[in-house]
This record gives sequence, C-alpha cells and structure tokens, in this order.
Amino acid sequence: MNPIDILLAGATLGGLYGLTAMGLTLQYGVARIMNLSYGEFLIAPAFLTYVLVSQFGWSPLWVLGVVMPLGFVLQWGIYQLLLTPLVRRTGAGPALEVDSILATFGLLFVVQGLMLVQFGGNYHSYDYLSVPVNILGSTVAANRLLVLLFAVLVGGGLYLLLTRTRMGTVVRAVSVAPRFAPLVGIHVRQTSALAYGIGGALVAVCGVLVSMFLPFSASMGTMFAMKALIVVIMGGVGNLMGCLVAGLLLGFAETLVASFVDPGLTLAVNYALFLLVLLFRPTGLFGRVGR
Amino acid sequence: MSRRELLGWGLGLVALLGLALLPRWIEGDYVLSLLISVLMYSVLATAWALFSGPTRYISLATVAFFGVGAYCTAVLGEVLPWAGVLAVALVVGVVMALIVGLATLRLSGVYFVIFSFGLAELTKQLFTWYEVNITKDIGRYVFVDVTQQDIYWQLLALLALVLGLRALINRTRLGLALRVIGEDETVAVHVGINTTVVKVLLFALSAAFITVAGAIMAPRWTYIDPSIAFAPTISFQTLIMALLGGPGALLGPVLGAVPLVLLFEYLSASFPNHFSILLGLVFMVIVYLVPNGLVGLLRRKGGGR
Repeated sequence: MNPIDILLAGATLGGLYGLTAMGLTLQYGVARIMNLSYGEFLIAPAFLTYVLVSQFGWSPLWVLGVVMPLGFVLQWGIYQLLLTPLVRRTGAGPALEVDSILATFGLLFVVQGLMLVQFGGNYHSYDYLSVPVNILGSTVAANRLLVLLFAVLVGGGLYLLLTRTRMGTVVRAVSVAPRFAPLVGIHVRQTSALAYGIGGALVAVCGVLVSMFLPFSASMGTMFAMKALIVVIMGGVGNLMGCLVAGLLLGFAETLVASFVDPGLTLAVNYALFLLVLLFRPTGLFGRVGR
Repeated sequence: MSRRELLGWGLGLVALLGLALLPRWIEGDYVLSLLISVLMYSVLATAWALFSGPTRYISLATVAFFGVGAYCTAVLGEVLPWAGVLAVALVVGVVMALIVGLATLRLSGVYFVIFSFGLAELTKQLFTWYEVNITKDIGRYVFVDVTQQDIYWQLLALLALVLGLRALINRTRLGLALRVIGEDETVAVHVGINTTVVKVLLFALSAAFITVAGAIMAPRWTYIDPSIAFAPTISFQTLIMALLGGPGALLGPVLGAVPLVLLFEYLSASFPNHFSILLGLVFMVIVYLVPNGLVGLLRRKGGGR
C-alpha cells in the first residue's frame, strides 16, 4: 500500500469515528447520560438507508436529509420519555450514571433484537458511487471521499453551532457547570434533551455514511459504540476538537494495523490505545487534571 | 458471632445438604439441566454482586471471564486432571481481572464500565483471530469425562463457597471498606481506605468465581466456538438477575436468579427469535420499577431496616 492510500483510508475512517464520537460526547458531556445503546442508533439508520436505496431507489443523500431530523426527534423523545424519570429519581446525582447505563443497556438489546428479527444476522450493503477516483497516484472509491467530505462538513458545522451561536453557548454552559446554569436562567433539562437530540441527529448521519461504504450487520452496533466511547475518553469528555483528533488517531492506527499486520486485530488496537491513554493521560489527550 | 448469624449458617448448611441430595430423587435430564442453569446463574449473579453489589460499579464483562474459563476446559480438558483445569482457569481469571482492574479501577467508575462493556467483544475477537489464523479451525470439541450430576455438584459447591465468602467478607474490615466505597468514594479515601487495592482485590475474586463457573459449565456444550462461549446474553442475564434480587443483599442474586432462569427458559423456548427483545424489555421494567431489587421491596413492605 502506498502512503497516499493509507492517508485517505485513515482519514475517512478517522473522520467517521470523530463524527460518531462528537454525538456521544454531547450526550454524555451535556446530558450526563452514558448511552450504551448509541451504536444501535447508528446501525438502524444504516438499515433504513439500505431499504430506501435498494427497494425504493432513493439516493443516500436524500436519506441523509430525512434521517437527520428523524434522529433528532427520536433521541429527543427517548430522553423525554425514558430518561427524564431517571433524572428525576436520582436528582441528577451520581446514581444517574448507573441508572442510565442500565436503562440504555436494556434499550440496546431491544433495538438490536428488533433489527435481528427484521434483517437477520448477515452483512448488508448496497452499491453507491463505487467508481474509482485517482488522487495523486492512489485509487479510492468516490463514496469514501464523499464520506470524508461529509464528516468534515458536519463536524465543522457542529463546531460553529456550538461556539458561535447563543444555543451553543447555552449547551456548553450546561456541560461545564450544570449546577450554576439555572442561575443565569438556563433550563437544564430542556438543554440536556436538546443536546441528546443533536447527538441523535449526528449518529443517524453517521449511520447513513457507514452504509455508503462499509458492509454492516445488526450486531455491529456495540462495536461502533465502543469505539465512540474510546474516542470520547481519549479526546476528553465534552471536547469536540479532542474527539476529532482522537478519532483520526484511531482511524489511522486501525488502517495501519489492518494493512500491515492483520485486519482481525483492529479492535485489539483500539483497546491497546485506550489502555495507554488510561495509564498515562486518564483525563484525555488534552484534558485538564481532575474533573 | 450472634445467635442470628449462627442460625443463618446452620440453615445454610441444611439447605446445602438438601440440595446436594436432590439429584437422587429427580428423574429426567430436563429437570436436572434446568437446575444446573439455576445454579450456574446463581453463581454468576452472586459472584457479580460480590464486587458490584457493595461498590456499585457495574461490570458488563461477566461473559469475558466465563468464556475464558470455558476455553480453559476445551483446551486443557484432555491434558490435565480436572482439578488442574479448574486451577488453571482460576489463575487465568485472576490475572486477567488484575490487568483490567489495575488499568481502570484507579480511575472513576465510568472508565471501568466502558472497558468492561467492550472486554467481552475484545476477548471474543482475539479468540476468533487465534482460532482462524493459528489453529485453522473455529470450533473445538470438549471431551471431558464429566456427567451432568458432577456439574450440578460442582456448581453447588461453588455457590456455597461464594455465598460463604461473601458472608465472611461482610463481617471483616474489608466488607466495611467496600460499603464505604459504595456510599461515597471520597469519604472512603479520606478515612484512609486504599480504595484501589480494595476494588481490584474484590474484582479479581469475583472474576475468579466466574471463570471457574465457565470451566465447569464447558463440558455441557460438547462443542464450543467463540460466539457460543462469549455470548453477550450471558453477561446481560447475570446482570438482570442480580439487579432483580438486589445486589446489596447476600441472597439477593439467588432470589433473582431462580424466577428469571425459569422465565427466560420459557421465553427462549416459546419465542426464540424475539428473545433478546423480551430480555431487554424485562430488564428495563426491572430498572424502572424495582430499582432496589426484590430485597429492597420486601424490606420496605415489612417496614424493616
């Protein structure tokens, strides 16, 4: 493999991981919900895209436009219906973390089970823009480039949304100081629901992007959630730029191992990186000391 | 030891004796295999609660240890005597738990949960990779001369051991330290408890029991591959049972295991395709409606502590 190949493949994968992790860091950093079912809500839109593209002839780009608001409403609703009772019960204290882990773990099995019943355990994929494109002597499929482009666009858009708008400031305020945010008139629970919903929209987009260039199966969600969690911890909880850098790091590490050692060992690489971070920088690559 | 505790130990011994003699009277393999399932999940849930009950750290890695134990039997079953196999399983489980524990338990609980969430998948992929690339054969046959009744007695002994150990730990300074950590970790540090040592120790102990349970159960399958040995539903069911009963109480996990093994047996036989959906729903009902477990419910009804 030549270096350009690895650069492009790593950047695509890394950009996707970064984007996935951004949604999770919003859900965990702002809404304080450790969402273990996150990966299932990445695979579900991937299946939706598969059905719409292969049976109804839609373009995945149209699906992208439909899925984004759908993901937002769905996760916003999950927060309001399923998670608000837990927030009330625990008073948003430390017990919320345990309870939300348990509740979303249950949700994981329900959603995964539904997909297994519907689509079985096999890998699915469809053909979209798989024409080869030549860049600096390296051949890539056009769909991968599109994924990379979208990862950059959506990630950049989210960054601007959070740093340049009033809504973004409110969301960051809740993330940094949830107990003091109400003092300046911020409705913490509504803001949490909003952040949780935005996370949902992001993960839905990621699902569509995954379906464009990777074969996927109903039981793959856990793996994506796991990788997103690792990236979030590596980048530092609530840190969007950290997500992007850590995501790229993971993407490149996986690509290197897959092309030079063995594709079967990519998850082990994830774990090795995670362990190194835990041992030497437990607050994340750019984290401040202490939380 | 107070009179109440003596009574408890006595009753426990009688129950143990009764259960040990039970296979003499029951007929049919189905009932025995059901009893084995009940015992297996009782051991797993109690061992899980040994660590997670007092500390309130949710471990999602039960099946990682269980599967490793099963593989110990599959690989070494024909080479070593049975006691040797179990000893190896014990050591492997403890070493694995020490590595995981030392890396994650120094930090806050979330890291531990995340790590344990993926640990099963990681071990499964590593085993798959090894089997595909090195042995060139994904499955293994388990040829060990162990009957159903042997499995039953061994699991029963393991259950008695883990319950007895838990009761003993509750009496010692270690048990007190664990309860303080569970209530408030900052306080625990300030009163001079070395929280990392206590947590890692207990995690390793809990993992040892789970690994040995896996080794004992392996002969029941006769054929194993990574997706059987590391089935995520085993972790999940263990968690549900411990939570239903109440992980804080000594007999809570057993109380949860008995009805749920029967329920899941019925569900998986009647709705094999929808099993994981039903499992998830049962679990969510428990999280929302019985947050303190059956034991907590009984205590509140009885107006006790």
